[in-house]
Amino acid sequence: MLRNALGKTFRFLGYTVQYGCIAHCAFEYLGGIVVCSGPSMEPTIQNSDVVFSENLSRHFYCIRKGDIVIVKSPNDPKSNICKRVIGLEGDKVCTSNPSDFLKSHSYVPEGHVWLEGDNLRNSTDSRCYGPVPYGLIRGRICLKIWPLNDFGFLRASPNGHRFLDD
Amino acid sequence: ISCLRSPRNPEQKIIKRVIALEGDIIKTIGYKKKYVKVPHGHIWVEGDHHGHSFDSNAFGPVSLGLLHARATHILWPPQRWQKLEPMLPPERKPLRREQE
Repeated sequence: MLRNALGKTFRFLGYTVQYGCIAHCAFEYLGGIVVCSGPSMEPTIQNSDVVFSENLSRHFYCIRKGDIVIVKSPNDPKSNICKRVIGLEGDKVCTSNPSDFLKSHSYVPEGHVWLEGDNLRNSTDSRCYGPVPYGLIRGRICLKIWPLNDFGFLRASPNGHRFLDD
Repeated sequence: ISCLRSPRNPEQKIIKRVIALEGDIIKTIGYKKKYVKVPHGHIWVEGDHHGHSFDSNAFGPVSLGLLHARATHILWPPQRWQKLEPMLPPERKPLRREQE
């Protein structure tokens, strides 16, 4: 009787460890569901929207300009931030705010990206803390899941003027 | 001694010693500013071979999110088999700690 119960417990633990490893690998290398909070990506992503992010682009280094990415915060490694990629390494970006009179530009250094939220007036992004190393990118958001009336792929940036083409 | 993703080249992992944590003020070797206060959420790393090392003296403080692992032992070659002790060289001690 006891041996039966012990056998069942060990089998249960074995399955738990196996599924745990598969789940970890899936979240790390494939993707996962993320709940977003904050106003910095409005109107594209509202507060408490649920999105699906995939991590394959990060590992194959094919994050493109205009992608929305989840990034580990440069100032607080325990929290994640969600912003749009405005410039890749070598691109020229506009570092000044739209309300400034004199525009200042700089080039994104090697191995870094320039991030900006869609809600330019209410977003702390690369305009505050500078270019972010590529190694901090966790995944790329590809699909919005909730709310259901807004299900589907994400819209293009409402701030097309921030993308400076060469 | 920690292993982190290079901020210049995300495909590369580099191994350096952690010299200062956030809030410490340190004197730099060959960096654009002589004294640097390590910002919140960042650390300062240096290679033990000063002058021949691509470390924070070249690219500045690194974000904690880039840290990957900590080196604890040398396994190969067998004649260099040892445990790596966390040791801060006395001449690289920070000038002022945040908590003091």
